[in-house]
Amino acid sequence: MNYDVIIIGSGLSGLAAGIRLALFDKRVLIVEKHTVVGGLNSFYTRKQRTFDVGLHAMTNFSPKGVRTSPLGKLLKQLRFGHDDFRLCEQEMSEIRFPEKTLCFTNDFELLKQEVATQFPGQIDGFMNLVRKIESFDALSLVNSGWASSRDILGNFLSDPVLIDMLLCPLMYYGNAQERDMDFYQFVIMFKSIFMEGFAKPVGGMPYILGLLVDKYQNLGGELRMSAEVESIDIEQGAARSLTLVDGEKLTADAVISSMGRVETLRRCLPGLEEPTDELVGQVSFVESLFVTDQEPKEMGYNRSIVFFCTANRFRYEVPPDLIDVTSGVLCCPNNFKYPEPPSEGMIRLTNLASYRLWDALPRREYIDAKKEWRARALENLFTFFPDFSDSVVFLDSFTPKTIFKYTGHLNGAVYGSPKKEKDGTTPIRNLFICGTDQGFLGIIGATLSGISMANLHILQKKVVPDV
Amino acid sequence: MTKDEVRQAILDILADIAPDEDMNSINDEATLREQIDLDSMDFLDIVMELRKRFNIEVPEKDYEQLVSMASCIQYLQPILNDRQLAS
Repeated sequence: MNYDVIIIGSGLSGLAAGIRLALFDKRVLIVEKHTVVGGLNSFYTRKQRTFDVGLHAMTNFSPKGVRTSPLGKLLKQLRFGHDDFRLCEQEMSEIRFPEKTLCFTNDFELLKQEVATQFPGQIDGFMNLVRKIESFDALSLVNSGWASSRDILGNFLSDPVLIDMLLCPLMYYGNAQERDMDFYQFVIMFKSIFMEGFAKPVGGMPYILGLLVDKYQNLGGELRMSAEVESIDIEQGAARSLTLVDGEKLTADAVISSMGRVETLRRCLPGLEEPTDELVGQVSFVESLFVTDQEPKEMGYNRSIVFFCTANRFRYEVPPDLIDVTSGVLCCPNNFKYPEPPSEGMIRLTNLASYRLWDALPRREYIDAKKEWRARALENLFTFFPDFSDSVVFLDSFTPKTIFKYTGHLNGAVYGSPKKEKDGTTPIRNLFICGTDQGFLGIIGATLSGISMANLHILQKKVVPDV
Repeated sequence: MTKDEVRQAILDILADIAPDEDMNSINDEATLREQIDLDSMDFLDIVMELRKRFNIEVPEKDYEQLVSMASCIQYLQPILNDRQLAS
């Protein structure tokens, strides 16, 4: 059986690409190495509780009826109604630094007011920056030169604290690069977080993934779990077959891979010129989940998401220790506008972490280090947030090593390579990249990435990007 | 296919592409782009659905014929004239 297209990976980008191809009667197979779909946005179960991984919230919220937004485009392309996603908006989020705080909701006006109040000297520059962002086409599939967000922000704003405060959420939720950020990526994230906003689906990732898998399979798409690709077999510049780890060979006219660019190229056989190490992403995180027997609000946690920094300057880089406790993200899923309140309290804490250091630990020390660093992260957190440790009834943490183990992304780099290939092409003429390394991030972004690549390389006859 | 059948076939495609839209309010003379915010990705879908459902190819030079419901019908009816509804 020869497939029209084989897709590697059943994350959001792979599933979305699969739906598009199956919609137009392509014979399509998705191969997934794990036993659970979702990739970087998945879920796991411990002691009868199901936890989302990757997802704090969906960015890019736009209300029903808005059709030109990324969410609106996604719904049309995958043929879903807005109600199908069961999205519940955030209440209010916050960026908290030592001297200043900025609150924001899904109404962008609040952030403008906050900047005007907290940074009166900066508001004119901020509004000029917003105008530049509004007129910037960040979803173009044409690669453009790298541009420093810090430099561009410096042209509009003179207060380094405001620059750090704006960068903090955008970097934490989608920056593959240390310290700075490609400006187009900044624009995507600024629009998706500040101008559109946060929502969570009722039922979390299991629900959203189930929706996509059902649609894909009902259209005739095939999905094989526990099917890890050993090699992509190349003949005369084209991928001819995939060999799975168990030795089975599968053939297809085209291959779309969501494994990551370097991860994909390294599986090509015979090997291509070795991709350089600069292409491998470094940024990863440790996340701890705390289930509480009290509502987070009763303990003083009344925000949907808080992006915090307790140091004077915000450093977004691989830390010299296992974890950098001086900045992070605190998410309270309870503080979203659900029709029914969740049965338990939940607080999630995310900090930057070093894959290299976590990976170097022997098993026993690794387990001890998780406990020790979780305690240190909490100790730092409780210097300016209320202590919730007495109400914790269950806790769990995962590290960059865990992320690598389940997703195969090198270094557990959840945002992939700092160098994106927006058109998804590779040196192999029928092998394409979708997902994190194509460059649209977040749940909506990943899904749009799969859609765009399926459209551009398979469904559209001519291979000229829409500019 | 009659003119009404062609119109219904196009409405069916649009309803699939944009399930949240009210197709009863479509004004045949106004552009579809304005009424239901169709973008280039959506026009690609209309063309692909026509291929899938009626086995007809709309060449790119003819995409502008799909701008409004009235122009869609005018363009597609001669092509679909001798065909039965697919389902």
